[in-house]
Amino acid sequence: MESGTWKVKTGLAQMLKGGVIMDVINAEQAKIAQETGACAVMALERVPADIRATGGVARMADPTIIEAIMKAVSIPVMAKCRIGHFVEAQALQVLGVDFIDESEVLTPADEAHHIWKHEFKVPFVCGCRDLGEALRRIGEGAAMIRTKGEAGTGNIVEAVRHMRAVTDGIRKLVNTPRDEPMALAKEMEAPFELAEEIHKTGELPVVNFAAGGVATPTDAALMMQLGADGVFVGSGIFKSSSPEVRARAIVKATTHFQDPEIIAEVSKNLGEAMPGLDIKQIPTEELLAPRGW
Amino acid sequence: MRIGVLASQGAFAEHIAILHRLEVDTVPVRLPHQLAPLDGLIIPGGESTSISRLMLSYDLMNEIRNLAKNGLPILGTCAGMILLAKEISDSDVEPIGVMDITIRRNAFGRQKDSFETDLSIPVLGEKPFPGVFIRAPVVEQTDSEVEILARLADGTSVAARQGKLLASAFHPELTNDLRFHCYFLDIVAGDQ
Repeated sequence: MESGTWKVKTGLAQMLKGGVIMDVINAEQAKIAQETGACAVMALERVPADIRATGGVARMADPTIIEAIMKAVSIPVMAKCRIGHFVEAQALQVLGVDFIDESEVLTPADEAHHIWKHEFKVPFVCGCRDLGEALRRIGEGAAMIRTKGEAGTGNIVEAVRHMRAVTDGIRKLVNTPRDEPMALAKEMEAPFELAEEIHKTGELPVVNFAAGGVATPTDAALMMQLGADGVFVGSGIFKSSSPEVRARAIVKATTHFQDPEIIAEVSKNLGEAMPGLDIKQIPTEELLAPRGW
Repeated sequence: MRIGVLASQGAFAEHIAILHRLEVDTVPVRLPHQLAPLDGLIIPGGESTSISRLMLSYDLMNEIRNLAKNGLPILGTCAGMILLAKEISDSDVEPIGVMDITIRRNAFGRQKDSFETDLSIPVLGEKPFPGVFIRAPVVEQTDSEVEILARLADGTSVAARQGKLLASAFHPELTNDLRFHCYFLDIVAGDQ
């Protein structure tokens, strides 16, 4: 019996596909998430919209909160650590979380290096803005990828940009002649072996979710139609006026993403969505997506 | 032969890919009207709570329950095994509930306890089968009509068959070994 293998790490991500992973800050929200059909929860001290509003250094959540959430639900529990903060990751692994998100939503602890994720038994998910960034993270051992989007804004535009950029990178690698992937890998700042693998297979070697700005059922279905394997909803659910109704609607829209009739139906009477932010109005130094290297 | 793969949530694409390799016609099933006419159904791994909620939302649950009672062959892997069971010992998931087995979810612990191991599955021949167990359930109890097809070294039951219903705690869809799917297709064809 061998635990913590690449197969069981990437395999858990495969089991999450077609599902919605919801940000929760306590056991009560976690139970609502499970009840409404979430395939996993992200245990946090504050959702991204509040991290954005509060400012200061954002760190790993208090283990008490994470443990309370793990006790409250049977679905997988994820938690975030800071970029490069491998000791926060060690602590999360000991706590028993099922997935670690090395996340740009928290304040980075290292401005040159991400965590060497192959050393951990628990799988990691990391954010990306394009294919090169996705492949660098997979090279370091990320068993799952997500778009960064722009967390806590309720604005889908950045997630769309990042998903299209990943797809565009894959298309370029697939269409490049047999003797040219090296130049593309160099241009994308991607590890060559992974670039070459995509040139051959035409697909990412790990699951890719959408994240960062999903606020409505149509946002979720949009990302699925653009090729996402599933969606993370951060502030979008518990910052809205009727979290349960919205959560159920987003879960249904993610499953039935190709069915506009169902999407129209579940979009009715959802109450107020979270207040959104125009990305252009956010000062550059307050953007989260550029964090990560 | 036409096999449906429940596509509410989870690793359904992996099952579809294996069926394509075996040149079997497949249909992703998200709504009741996609169930007819099928020769067999696969319920994939995923999150059993999530899949169960989604099956309840468009009455897929009752339709599948009725088809199973009327003899439709069904293969359930991991979450699919949980959903086939009549009893789930530690949760409030509503299963389809057609197999006389009692299941314990997340029986090995959390993700850090997920593992790979070679399994002996006599109905598939002598060659060991690659067992991939991810937050896996186990079969705790069975009725006399249920045949246990595979056990771990410590005797834990991890695959079972009752008539045309087949269930595994592990994920044959994450491997390149097609024998478990072939065994199911033999059940569908009436050769097993």
